[in-house]
Amino acid sequence: MKPTPKQRIWMYESMLKSRLFDDALFEAYWEGKKPVFHMGKGPLPGEMHQSFGQEPTAVGVCAHLGPDDAVGAGHRPHHVAIARGVNLKRMAAEVFGKKTGLSGGRGGHMHLYDNNVNFFCSGIIAEGMGPGAGIALARKMQKKPGIAVAYNGDGAVNQGAFHEVMNMAALWKLPFVCVIEDNNYAVSVTTKESTVVPAWKRAAGYDCPGEYVKGNDPDLIFEAAARAVQHAREGKGPSILEIETERLHGHFIGDSAGYRSKDEVAGQKDPIPVYRKRLLDEKALTAADMETLEANVKEEVDAALKFARDSEYPAPTEALDRVYA
Amino acid sequence: MAQEAPSTGGSSRTLTMARAGREAVIAEMRKDPNIFVIGEDVAKLGGVFGTTVGMAAEFGAERVIDTPISETGFIGIATGAAMAGMRPIVEIAFVDFIGVCFNQIFNFAAKTHYMSGGQFKVPLTMMIGYGGGYNDAAQHSQCLIGTLAHVPGIRIVTPADAYDAKGLMHTCLRDDNLTIWMVHKAIWGLGWLGTAIKTAMATVPEEEYAIPFGQARIWREGTDVTLVGYGITVHHSLQAAEKLAAEGISAEVLDLRTIVPMDRDAIMKSVAKTGRLVVADEDYMNCGVTAEVLATIAERNPKILKAPAVRVANPDIPVPFSRPMENFALPDADKIVAAAKATLKAS
Ligand SMILES: Cc1ncc(C[n+]2csc(CCOP(=O)(O)OP(=O)(O)O)c2C)c(N)n1
Repeated sequence: MKPTPKQRIWMYESMLKSRLFDDALFEAYWEGKKPVFHMGKGPLPGEMHQSFGQEPTAVGVCAHLGPDDAVGAGHRPHHVAIARGVNLKRMAAEVFGKKTGLSGGRGGHMHLYDNNVNFFCSGIIAEGMGPGAGIALARKMQKKPGIAVAYNGDGAVNQGAFHEVMNMAALWKLPFVCVIEDNNYAVSVTTKESTVVPAWKRAAGYDCPGEYVKGNDPDLIFEAAARAVQHAREGKGPSILEIETERLHGHFIGDSAGYRSKDEVAGQKDPIPVYRKRLLDEKALTAADMETLEANVKEEVDAALKFARDSEYPAPTEALDRVYA
Repeated sequence: MAQEAPSTGGSSRTLTMARAGREAVIAEMRKDPNIFVIGEDVAKLGGVFGTTVGMAAEFGAERVIDTPISETGFIGIATGAAMAGMRPIVEIAFVDFIGVCFNQIFNFAAKTHYMSGGQFKVPLTMMIGYGGGYNDAAQHSQCLIGTLAHVPGIRIVTPADAYDAKGLMHTCLRDDNLTIWMVHKAIWGLGWLGTAIKTAMATVPEEEYAIPFGQARIWREGTDVTLVGYGITVHHSLQAAEKLAAEGISAEVLDLRTIVPMDRDAIMKSVAKTGRLVVADEDYMNCGVTAEVLATIAERNPKILKAPAVRVANPDIPVPFSRPMENFALPDADKIVAAAKATLKAS
């Protein structure tokens, strides 16, 4: 199944939104951290793992999801959250630690939760697996429609949870898709250095479909994801969808990635301009429409950032709320 | 990453904790080929906290091993290697990740010497970072020292400065048990987490020295109130003691230094002198280190207290991300000052 022009435009729009969001955060992150870098300073303290280069993995899969579906992401969640339709203003406010944030400032950028679109994430590697498959189990037990998708990095596939959950998901034929974003790195360690058999090939061990999508290409990811999502919707169980992608920046802001060679970094391709050009070349939209779309996205991101900045911080004692239901 | 504040050279060197700990590891590795380091990003990167910078170059990929993100697996592997005569050092950069591999630690590594009736030794040292204060939220800011201290069979050291970082690392590496060397991220001396707490840098002798388990350290003598802490709360307590001194209150600052075993005699001696006690800990309060300190006095001689003791610790909430809420959850000098004054008012 190929994406319709409308879907392709949506994919571009969502990737761009993620990119502009990350651009804006990148700039804000450095406020208060110059000339001396200190992770705890400025309006955006803490670790900040951004999605530069990985936007296609989010849109190619999330394009197939509807309101009944659920998505779990990891420590690098912005592109996935945006493609899933997480409220951008409240997400920005959460990243800034504001009262108006998705979790009132309790979570931060690695812990974005939006119940309206069944979205969660976790900073612990492979943590999307169990809870993701658990949501899939609930859908099945309650005979409700909907599937669950868990996003993991290539580094997550060697975590016990990955294997344990894949086995159970396959055993119980859960409506579940395990997405692996293969950016070839887990901090400094390459996939080759960590993994004997890649995740998609291990699918054979769970007797479920496994596919590798090359090229960091939204259209190809869309097609492969269509198969995995359909498999889950038809009650046939989980699949593993591994996607080649790029981490264009360091592991987090402040990591200069000195462990990568200059050549390797120079050879990296930004998928967003490539896709933009393709859409224009193939006349999926006119240049004028593109201009309008881009202006609208920029406006939306700017508004989200403004909302975040203008919002109040929570009162200190709000820290005590929400520990228990 | 893996950068740290520059330290002055020469024989009376001022080192960061990262450098001092590393110096001990390198010295022991040069002497004992059975010691190896294993963990995530320890080889190429030199450790997320710079604990292993340069080691891969000196000792090679066989003794400084980058692992997949498979904590259960590599802690289990290190435990087995230790049972077979090796002396592994395992790095878990953030203590929070111990959640995924805790079974290997508390059901096997910590208990094997006992369960085997002493037949198998597990000389394994873990290097772990802990603590918050830089808004890394609930899964990257925990201390979990009380959690670990609850398990028999583990020795836990929590140096507060570079001198102790080196001396306690030597002790851990020479011990035949599971030992955990834990440093609060804010005092480690990493560029990217700031080096604001200068009191954690210290003059460190070039030669080797070992600091015994179970010996507390008095950083500052005083007569009115005892401030007990470890790791970063030692530095908060020192600041608090300064502020109290300005108001004519004399505070003694006691650094537990090793959590297991705990120097209970030192606690009793200090509190017998001052009659008042504040215990500061960044870890969760419930059933934690602060409770253990208070229990020591309750058991041994509660009469030495002239006023109820006060605990300053995480009020049993996940560490919130947002700065005002995180600051609410963390101990600091002002909270310790207020606690000390409360003990004085109450008597
Ligand atoms: C259980 C656990 N171990 C270690 C970490 C530290 N850590 C955070 S991100 C990361 C690398 C993850 O690599 P990958 O899964 O490939 O995702 P990427 O960062 O490349 O997007 C590591 C080791 C963690 N968060 N959780």
